[in-house]
Amino acid sequence: MTDPVISIEGIAKRYGAKGHPASGGASTTIFENLWLKVNRGEFVCVIGHSGCGKTTILNILAGLDRPSEGVVLVEGRELAGPGLDRAVIFQGHALLPWRTVLGNVAYAVSSRWRRAPKAEVEERARRAIAAVGLAGAEHKRPAELSGGMKQRVGIARALAIEPKMLLMDEPFSALDALTRGTLQEEARRICRDTGQTVYMITHDVDEAIYLADRIVLMTNGPGARIAEIVINPLAADRSRSGLHHDPAYYSLRNHLMDFLVARSSAFREAPPDGYDPRHPPIVTLHHSQSGALRAMT
Amino acid sequence: MHASLGARALAVSLLVLALFLAAWHVATQGTGPTQVMDPEYAKLMGATATTGKSAMPGPLDVGATIWQHLKRPFYDNGPNDKGLGIQLAYSIGRVALGYLLAVVVAIPLGFLIGMSPLMSRALDPFIQILKPVSPLAWMPLALYTIKDSGLSAIFVIFICSLWPMLVNTAFGVASVRSEWLNVARTLEVGPLRRAFTVILPAAAPTIVTGMRISVGIAWLVIVAAEMLVGGTGIGYFVWNEWNNLSITNVIVAILVIGVVGMILDQALARLGRLVTFPE
Ligand SMILES: Nc1ncnc2c1ncn2[C@@H]1O[C@H](COP(=O)(O)OP(=O)(O)OP(=O)(O)O)[C@@H](O)[C@H]1O
Ligand SMILES: [Mg+2]
Repeated sequence: MTDPVISIEGIAKRYGAKGHPASGGASTTIFENLWLKVNRGEFVCVIGHSGCGKTTILNILAGLDRPSEGVVLVEGRELAGPGLDRAVIFQGHALLPWRTVLGNVAYAVSSRWRRAPKAEVEERARRAIAAVGLAGAEHKRPAELSGGMKQRVGIARALAIEPKMLLMDEPFSALDALTRGTLQEEARRICRDTGQTVYMITHDVDEAIYLADRIVLMTNGPGARIAEIVINPLAADRSRSGLHHDPAYYSLRNHLMDFLVARSSAFREAPPDGYDPRHPPIVTLHHSQSGALRAMT
Repeated sequence: MHASLGARALAVSLLVLALFLAAWHVATQGTGPTQVMDPEYAKLMGATATTGKSAMPGPLDVGATIWQHLKRPFYDNGPNDKGLGIQLAYSIGRVALGYLLAVVVAIPLGFLIGMSPLMSRALDPFIQILKPVSPLAWMPLALYTIKDSGLSAIFVIFICSLWPMLVNTAFGVASVRSEWLNVARTLEVGPLRRAFTVILPAAAPTIVTGMRISVGIAWLVIVAAEMLVGGTGIGYFVWNEWNNLSITNVIVAILVIGVVGMILDQALARLGRLVTFPE
């Protein structure tokens, strides 16, 4: 039934004692013993306080960083480095400023299909640019674009290579509320239409509620863990503007806020009874009830 | 109505030029005290002593000489009498050769140093020690080992253009934003393609700044180098005309050196504008 694209198996990241875990107590553990599977076509959002290691995990998934312990499997094979099967949407858009919009996207396309003729590369790039609503801006340079447009180019560049998985690091956090809302809607539409698997970091609880199928909650660092995984109970055809009419929205939002405010820091001193890092609790909220019902699996 | 800043600046420039030329003209017009002397001796002493005319040429003399040079820039009457154009061509040729050699060495080496922290540390002491050495200090060594004065001048140009380009290239390459490199890595771009499509464009403004500093230094140094090695070139021309006591030609040469230096600098500035990207 489950078909994991990515399987995180017991990874940890430590800084300080380089390669010599035995050399002394100088090393800090950012996070340890993390286990998580991301299934095909699934949209996973990760929420946690600043510094708990979210970006580090994303970089490990991207192959840009290595875990100090543990492995990551991509479709059952151990991850060896960066690859075209995983596209990254960077927090700071990371467009090449000396290239045009078309040039940036085409750069990714021609890296993905090295032998493709120029016309095909351009055709694919134009299609990806049109998909994020930027048709007509192909020949602009990043400096001439607004923040929202730059982030769209980043999304187009990522989607253009048809990755198995999309890794997004707070892609919308630098945008104003209006632009953020529009882009969230477009991202959700595109990802649902194409059955894209997504792993996304966010600080925004509402963003996670709107976009995610599952929400991964991380405890505060150092020594961060996955505290629990919340299943999003909202209807799959939810609309962003109608979210707050859904009774399930409030219980989910309260649950997430409670976690961020209180439980994320209390977790380290007092992990819940029977906590198994390998199988963090899966939480399903039933909005028919006033409180949260915790279903352990 | 106010004229644009550019127009007003031009007006002031022209005014300054006019004032300068006028002052120069007046200062070189006057006649000093003369002495009565034996005609043979007077020949040796020249016009200053006999007619009271200043040996310092006025702007009109210089203008006339410039016109003469412009009319015949490429005449060649033997080793000590060549047209200004020929001399300039020698100098520019030497600078071009030495400078291009330095580009060919400095940019790849700078890439290596910029990309490898090991090489950066290993080569740093050599660069730090060799960089502050006046390029002319290499001249005796060059003359001794190369045994050819023309080549030695080229070597001196090479060595003085090398450092700014090397240091700037290494710095530019080392400070390419890691997010751009990460883009290339996630796209599985190979090292060579990465060097040309990410690192080179990202570092190009810094590299060209180094190239611009280098060409300025090279043009400064060539005059001194040619004065030392002699034979040909604008530096030799200046020295030769000094020995001929032709101050007019020395002034003309100074003007020409300035103009060529400006053109070289502007060419690199234009290249710099081509490779800069707005962020
Ligand atoms: N090179 C390093 N050496 C030591 N510590 C590091 C290094 N890089 C990151 N860290 C630490 O690792 C922790 C996790 O960093 P990371 O960027 O993954 O956090 P994050 O969860 O993404 O935070 P934010 O939400 O603010 O983006 C931080 O506490 C940071 O100080
Ligand atoms: Mg982060």
